[in-house]
Amino acid sequence: HEVLLFEALREGLEEEMDRDPRVCIMGEDVGHYGGSYKVTKGLAEKYGDLRVLDTPIAENSFTGMGIGAAMMGLRPVVEGMNMGFLLLAFNQISNNCGMLHYTSGGQFTIPIVIRGPGGVGRQLGAEHSQRLESYFQSIPGLQMVACSTPYNAKGLMKAAIRSENPVVLFEHVLLYNLKERIPDEDYICCLEEAEMVRPGEQVTILTYSRMRYHVMQAAKTLVNKGYDPEVIDIRSLKPFDLYRIGNSVKKTHRVLIVEECMRTGGIGASLRAAIIDNFWDYLDAPVMCLSSQDVPTPYAGTLEDWTVVQPAQIVAAVEQLCQ
Amino acid sequence: WTVLTIETSIPFTGHRIDPPSRSVDTTRKELLSFFRDMARMRRMEISADSLYKAKLIRGFCHLYDGQEAVAIGMEAAITKRDSIITAYRDHCTFLGRGGTLVEVFSELMGRRSGCSKGKGGSMHFYKKEAGFYGGHGIVGAQVPLGCGLAFAQKYSKDETVTFALYGDGAANQGQLFEALNISALWDLPVILVCENNHYGMGTAEWRASKSPAYYKRGDYVPGLKVDGMDVLAVKQACKFAKEHVLKNGPIILEMDTYRYHGHSMSDPGSTYRTRDEISGVRQERDPIERVRKLILTYEMACASELKDIEKEIRKEVDEAIRQAKESPMPDPFELFTNVYVKGYGVEALGADRKEVKAFLP
Repeated sequence: HEVLLFEALREGLEEEMDRDPRVCIMGEDVGHYGGSYKVTKGLAEKYGDLRVLDTPIAENSFTGMGIGAAMMGLRPVVEGMNMGFLLLAFNQISNNCGMLHYTSGGQFTIPIVIRGPGGVGRQLGAEHSQRLESYFQSIPGLQMVACSTPYNAKGLMKAAIRSENPVVLFEHVLLYNLKERIPDEDYICCLEEAEMVRPGEQVTILTYSRMRYHVMQAAKTLVNKGYDPEVIDIRSLKPFDLYRIGNSVKKTHRVLIVEECMRTGGIGASLRAAIIDNFWDYLDAPVMCLSSQDVPTPYAGTLEDWTVVQPAQIVAAVEQLCQ
Repeated sequence: WTVLTIETSIPFTGHRIDPPSRSVDTTRKELLSFFRDMARMRRMEISADSLYKAKLIRGFCHLYDGQEAVAIGMEAAITKRDSIITAYRDHCTFLGRGGTLVEVFSELMGRRSGCSKGKGGSMHFYKKEAGFYGGHGIVGAQVPLGCGLAFAQKYSKDETVTFALYGDGAANQGQLFEALNISALWDLPVILVCENNHYGMGTAEWRASKSPAYYKRGDYVPGLKVDGMDVLAVKQACKFAKEHVLKNGPIILEMDTYRYHGHSMSDPGSTYRTRDEISGVRQERDPIERVRKLILTYEMACASELKDIEKEIRKEVDEAIRQAKESPMPDPFELFTNVYVKGYGVEALGADRKEVKAFLP
């Protein structure tokens, strides 16, 4: 059946709530309002106020309460209305979510999902356009995935809920209305697996979330120009699926990373380091990385466009790599 | 006589609530167990101090001596199905929940047989099966967790409660008020216990809190001020609080208590308070001496019998330290265990991964 991405996420939530009575949702306006991006629409009516909890605007505390509930065996899905708001919960996500399993010598697991929209949208301003994956990536014990299609959004949501680990699921404000036909049968996606988007021979392009679509736009141009790029959506931001990524590097010997994350200390920087560490001998050219500019995302549309990577830059980078 | 009724040291003070009676029922057996358990805690902490000075315990180490009545009185009012979560001064709370001395000393010395396999340290003690949820190092951040535990208890309708402990320093954290608001909105069975030992590290309460009446800090949430040096008062208050929260949602208990040691091992504890103040509390309010006096007054045991108990405890603690010293350091591979629970159906991570197993439903 055909769904929009936010509907796919909701289907995933609903199926898991049906399957497991321990699954509950908490966050700002997730209940009666239906979620600011409609991901939880209708769930409060179906499951009641004890399983779909409208919280006050207090990210630090309701995230902490989700973690406490998870320590006792519930499987809370905590929504950050916007990823930027989760900075207020950074201590809970880092010190408690990420580390409790370890500091307790394995006594406790924290099967929580923290999810919400991030990324540069359409003129949302600096605070609401953040890519927090770079902030969260060094937290030990946390898993991070980014969805990019209705298919993987639903599959990753379901897998994240079933995982015993704390998982941060990154959604993108601009992708909620993507439409795709997805299977009617139950399915999940692996949390630690990259997705092959377009097999090719000449150059490996690694990307995730919204940049997948800028890459595919560029790929069209590149194919017309006679190039054969391989496009991989890395999907798992922590840990990286170095198996699939490595096999691609061994085939193409050239790597371009395209991300919306920040240039300094971002996912691309970590990924580039991992590739150089592990696959140096297979590389025929320096690994290139196109990232967002290190600036607060400006409001003005033109400036905002220049902040994130555009398809033309991707085309130029591939041409340079393949020279 | 088997049941004895004893009056608490001072009356309780209530905020938006009628305080419970000052008369507390107890027995000879209970008072003797209070004496033994508190003396064991005291001895354990004093020994930890020596082990620290002998450099067998390193890093952070926060001692609880002086505050024993809070941990013991609380345990006397609740069961192991109820939950407790506290901050970093957690050794005695762990012991109160049924943890062993060997687990304590092993963890403090970073040994394999520690309660967290030597990976947690002084601030990270836990005992899941006895409802002890830690053991947390970030001041105040354990309180939202505690409210979350209470949420899970309400969710599963099992009629149990959570005691979330914090100090007078943590009482100024914003997240306390946030979590209290949510708990009150959702009628959660959570008791916020402010262990007021009057100093947040070296800052006296009145220098950090505009209103140091912590039991009133919840505004719309009822509160009770308790003499935290009187184990029977603590017991009475916790029993009262447990019944209250199951029916009416959260309550704050302020335990007026005192720590004899400094904040941590690097703090001699004498720069921001006078030695007279410390010795005054020791002489007039010590929780163990109070119980000793009760036992002697009511002739439940004689002074020499109590001395014998203390001698036994000394031996017990020394033996536990000996055993802990014999426990090996953690294996090197433990560095990497318990970071992740093995991922959802995935066997291995990294460049050399041979296979991906995703179990389909």
